[in-house]
Amino acid sequence: MAKNVKVYSTATCPYCIKAKQFLKDNNIEFENIDVGANPDKAQEMVDKSGQMGVPVLDIDGKIITGFDKDAIKESLGI
Amino acid sequence: MIYDLIIIGAGPAGITASVYAARKRINFLVISKDIGGQTAWSGDIENYTGYQFVTGADLVTKFEEHMKKYNVPLKEEGVLELKKKGDSISIKTNKGAYETKTAIVASGKYSKELGVPGEKEFKNKGVTYCATCDGPIFAGKDVAVIGGGNAGLDATLQLMKIAKHVHLINITPELTGDKIMQDKVEGAGNVTILNNTRVTEVMGDKMVTGIKIKVYLPAGRENEKEKTLTLQGIFVEIGLMPNSDFAKELDKNKKGEIKINSFNETNVPGIFAAGDVTDIPAKQIIIAAGEGSKALLNAFSFLSRKK
Repeated sequence: MAKNVKVYSTATCPYCIKAKQFLKDNNIEFENIDVGANPDKAQEMVDKSGQMGVPVLDIDGKIITGFDKDAIKESLGI
Repeated sequence: MIYDLIIIGAGPAGITASVYAARKRINFLVISKDIGGQTAWSGDIENYTGYQFVTGADLVTKFEEHMKKYNVPLKEEGVLELKKKGDSISIKTNKGAYETKTAIVASGKYSKELGVPGEKEFKNKGVTYCATCDGPIFAGKDVAVIGGGNAGLDATLQLMKIAKHVHLINITPELTGDKIMQDKVEGAGNVTILNNTRVTEVMGDKMVTGIKIKVYLPAGRENEKEKTLTLQGIFVEIGLMPNSDFAKELDKNKKGEIKINSFNETNVPGIFAAGDVTDIPAKQIIIAAGEGSKALLNAFSFLSRKK
């Protein structure tokens, strides 16, 4: 079954763009959350990850901070 | 296999060298942890010829497209060691080992840290080194930018549009960045410029809650007492350090920058260097790109002479 993937990002951060591109290249559907445009979601990201840097990925509840390609692959099983 | 050339780094210098290398059809490789280097983190760029305005991210996309057009081979690895070994050069990374006849070190620089208590503890918990990336998270909050040079002013220009208030903390008596940027910052209603000021501590509980600062008055006058500013974000923009630790055999200046001559040659034959990691006097995207091209042309001559 497809995993529920959320990407907390800002419009300008290079590693957010890379993370999203990586998911697209692997045909992974995801919900993009622009924390710059949405302060509530920014707080949600801080609460989930315990830090204030982007990107943060939520893969079925597993939180990955930064564009950690190996951790993302492992969580997605790809 | 022994490569003709390995380029370390994929910022403007490394990428430009790679495009030239591809056009020379030599057997080469680029090794870099990321693409774009500091350019990727830059906000607005208005001095790269041909672009009256471009963001760092967009310029890097253009660089990447240029690399892809020439099918530049890239290994996303971190270099740990660069060493002359007999007639060739050996390179160790976090994932493997490589051998090459020539190398171009174009590994750029990384952000310098403040070195004050609390900074490490609250890294990514309010302390950040990338206004372009993390700036939007601090919308409506009080923040400090540390550094009055171009990088600090660039961060301030980005943040004053989104943050509630920006304290610009500058260690020197006056801001040192470009006048055009200074004027914009001084004209903003929500920026306080604090000159002659140092950060002495980062404070927080789970996240950053403030900083301690101290004003240093000219000699002969008593220093002001430490003051506390309440804020949620700290953007450190106090300069850069060269990524040159892995190149132990290369001569460097006091700042750790690799010494090169006008042919981009280092003290080790066959090893060239280009861009911000070197001791050239100006650090600019366009200069790094030019240096990358120059290094490749000189490395290519070196290879031709060896044949």
